[in-house]
Amino acid sequence: MEVTQTWYLVLSAVLFTIGTIGLLTRRNPLVMFMCVELMLNAVNLSFVSFSKALNDIAGQTAVFFVLVVAAAEVVVGLSLVVALLRRRPAATADDMAQLRG
Amino acid sequence: MADVIVFAISAVIVIGGAIGVIVNPKPVHAALSLVASFFGVAVLFVLQEAHFLALVQVVVYGGAIVVLFLFVIMLLGVDRSEDISAEPLVNQRPAAFAAGGMLLLMILGGLFLSGPSGERGAVAITGQSSLTAPLDAPGSTESGEPDSNVVQLARDLFTRQLFAFEATALLLTIATVGAVVLVRNMGGEDLVVDEPGTAQR
Repeated sequence: MEVTQTWYLVLSAVLFTIGTIGLLTRRNPLVMFMCVELMLNAVNLSFVSFSKALNDIAGQTAVFFVLVVAAAEVVVGLSLVVALLRRRPAATADDMAQLRG
Repeated sequence: MADVIVFAISAVIVIGGAIGVIVNPKPVHAALSLVASFFGVAVLFVLQEAHFLALVQVVVYGGAIVVLFLFVIMLLGVDRSEDISAEPLVNQRPAAFAAGGMLLLMILGGLFLSGPSGERGAVAITGQSSLTAPLDAPGSTESGEPDSNVVQLARDLFTRQLFAFEATALLLTIATVGAVVLVRNMGGEDLVVDEPGTAQR
């Protein structure tokens, strides 16, 4: 028995689905961000497995850029969350309209 | 056989951590489950010989990003339990599970049902049957061994992807400026605390 690329892709699909369900069901904006991170990780996992299967380093380069963009996204997203929660500590994602200028 | 065991253990950690993120009512517990999930993914990266990315996964994701989440939770004192039994919209949860299930079926269907005659699974997508071939770059070292993962990644990053790499510097600068602008207290308005005491919790 051997770990093939299909195993990684199935695991990646399951991880992406869990992230999607979390994003659709949770209301805390912080937890919603964490679910987005889970989905990004699922895609990273499939990128790396394709990189190995196709014998091409470009997949891992793509993961590197996903990491950078994810870091930037978390910074901006968390500052939006901070701006919202400073006004209403009990805010949920529905209260994002509070940030209207 | 050993890699099957490693894969199984880390897959359980990844899926368990991910489920922990979406079922834990407290954001702090969700963040810690997220760390577990990231570590599992890092182990899977090592298993696929992506050593540099495994390191970066632990340092950037498990370190920086989760610490940033925990910082926001601690700084604002927003670690209140969310009532996850209440549904904000009627039938939101069944609809979310139905959408997630359909998404999973769609991905697995694309994985196992598509492709040319007789080829199923990942081979249908990649078109290659060599699943265990090592990565070797054209510029191998003189000893005949392929370059290490870091060398290959650096060569690709600083030659073919150099412009994109420079653009990420700009992106990070813009993100930093954006964060500073967003959290600035515009116009010095008083902060409204709608429930006294929650900020100290």
